[in-house]
Amino acid sequence: MRPLRNVIYIQTQNAWVHKDNDNLVMKVGDEIKARVPIHKLQGLVCFGQVSISPYLMAHCSENGVTITYLNQFGKFLARVEGPVSGNVLLRRTQHLTGADRDKSVAIARTMLSGKLYNQRAVLRRYLRDYGDQADGQAMAAELTTAEKRLSRCLNQLADCDAIDTLMGREGEAAQVYFGVFQYLIRQPDFQFDARRRRPPTDPVNALLSFCYTLLTHDCRSALETTGLDPASGFLHQLRSGRPSLALDLAEELRPMIDRFVLSLINKRQLSLKDFEEWPNGSFTLKEEPRRTLLAAWQDRKQDTLMHPWFEESVPIGMLPWTQAQILARFLRGDCDSYVPFLWK
Amino acid sequence: MEPEPIYLSRLQHYLYCPRQFALIELEDVWVENQFTAEGKVLHQRVDQPDKQKRGDIRSVRSLRLSHAALGIEGVADVVEYHIQPDGSEQPYPIEYKRGKPKQHRADEVQLCAQALCLEDMEGLLVPEGALFYGEVRRRHVVYFDATLRELTLQTIQACRDIVQSKTTPKAVYKAGKCRNCSLIEQCHPQDFTRPASVWLAQQLTEN
Ligand code: SF4
Repeated sequence: MRPLRNVIYIQTQNAWVHKDNDNLVMKVGDEIKARVPIHKLQGLVCFGQVSISPYLMAHCSENGVTITYLNQFGKFLARVEGPVSGNVLLRRTQHLTGADRDKSVAIARTMLSGKLYNQRAVLRRYLRDYGDQADGQAMAAELTTAEKRLSRCLNQLADCDAIDTLMGREGEAAQVYFGVFQYLIRQPDFQFDARRRRPPTDPVNALLSFCYTLLTHDCRSALETTGLDPASGFLHQLRSGRPSLALDLAEELRPMIDRFVLSLINKRQLSLKDFEEWPNGSFTLKEEPRRTLLAAWQDRKQDTLMHPWFEESVPIGMLPWTQAQILARFLRGDCDSYVPFLWK
Repeated sequence: MEPEPIYLSRLQHYLYCPRQFALIELEDVWVENQFTAEGKVLHQRVDQPDKQKRGDIRSVRSLRLSHAALGIEGVADVVEYHIQPDGSEQPYPIEYKRGKPKQHRADEVQLCAQALCLEDMEGLLVPEGALFYGEVRRRHVVYFDATLRELTLQTIQACRDIVQSKTTPKAVYKAGKCRNCSLIEQCHPQDFTRPASVWLAQQLTEN
C-alpha cells in the first residue's frame, strides 16, 4: 500500500496559510503556529475564516493536494483542485456504467452489502466486548435480535434488482441498526433515539454528521486521485453539485466512523458541554472540542485494519483509496465484481 | 486522420509487460519511484540538445526522431555521425541505460526502433548502434539484424493494437518481474486475477 499522507484540518480563525519553500506554514497574526512539509499532505480542509496564499494553492493543485473549504460548522463551501487526472477512458466507462441500470444496481448492491456487513460487525463487536455483563442481559438480547435482522436484510439485498428496492432494504437496516445504537453508548448523558440529519437535533447526531462529512471529503479525494468522477454515482442519484460517487463509496465505510464516534463518547473524550445548542434545536460541536475530535480522527486513520480482499493490513485512512482503486479496476474490467471493504 | 504516434520509450514497457505499457499509455498511471527518478537524473545530463565534433565523429544529443509510416516518435539520447572517408556520415544511435545489460531485449528493441527512424529520416541503412549501461559503464554494441528488426516491428504493432482497442490487458503475475515493477501498487497483479464475485458471495453468506 502506498504511504498514508495527511489531511491537515485548519480551523484557527483568521489563520493565514502560505508556502515557504517546500513547507506549508500557518500564521496567526505574526506568530507561526505550524510548519509542515507539503509532500506529506494529501488534502487541506479549512474551517471558516482561513486564508490561503495563491502560491500554496498552485503548489497544492500541481501536486494533487485538494483544498476544501467548510464553514465553521463543517458545511461544505468550496473546493480547489488541480487539473483532473487525464483518465478520460475510465471516466467514460464510469458514465456508461452509470447509465446502465443493471450494472448500476449490481455495484450499488455490493456497496450496500458492505455497509450492512460492517454495521453488523459494529453490533457483533459490542456484543463480544460487553454482551456478558450483568446489567446488559436485556440489552444483549435486543442487540442479538438486531444483529439477526441485519443478517436477514443483508441476504435480501441479493434479490434486489432495482435501486429503489435496494434503498428500501438499506432503510430497513438503518432502522434496525440505529434502533439499537443507544445501547452502544455507555455514557448515560448522551441520548440517541434515531438518526436525524437535517439538522442534527442531539449531540450524537451532530457528531455522526460531522464525521460523515470528513469521510465524504476523503472519499472524494480518493476518487479524484484514482481518476474517477466523484459526481457520478451508482446508488445516489445524480444531482448537480452532489458528489454522488463519493457518497456511494462512503456508505460501506460509515460503520467505521460510527465506531469512532462511539469511542469518543465512551472514552469521555467529549462531553455534553462540548456542544452548542442553537435556537432551532440543532446541535454543533464547539471549536475547541472539534480540535480534539480532529486530532483523534488523525490518530485513528493511522490504525490499521485487515483488508480481507487484499489480505493485508491497511491504515483506516487509506480505505477510501483502496476502495476507489478496486472500483476503478472493476470498471476497467480487471475483475468481475466490485469488492467492498468487509470489516472482519 | 493519422493515429497518435507511439513513443519509442514505451516499447520497452510493452516488452517488460504489456499491461505496464497499457497502464501508462491508456491510464496515465505513472509512479515516480527510485528507478524512474534515477533514470531522469541520468537523462537530464544528456537531455540538453547540443552538438559536438570530435575527430571524425559528430555527435548530437537529444535528437528528435520519428517514422511517419510506422507511427513512432521519440528522442534519441545521442546519435553519433561517423564521418566516412568519402565525406558521408553514418548515423550511430546510442542510448543510455541505468543498470546493466538485461536478459530481455527491451533495450535493444528501443534502440532498433531509433535506427528505423534514422533510416527513414536519412534515407540510408543503419546497421548498428550501442547501449551504454550506467552500472557497468560500458558500451554494448547492438547489430540491427533481421530478427531484431522483426521483433521491433511486431512490438510496435502490438502496442498499436492496445492503443486502438483501449483495453488494458489483464495482469499476469510473475514474482520476479512484478516485484521490480514500479506500477505494482496500481496494478495489484495478484488480487485482480482472483474471481471477485465468487469471493464476495462466499464472504457474505459465511456467518
Ligand atoms: S505489476 Fe506485474 S503485471 Fe502489473 S504491470 Fe507490473 S509487471 Fe505487469
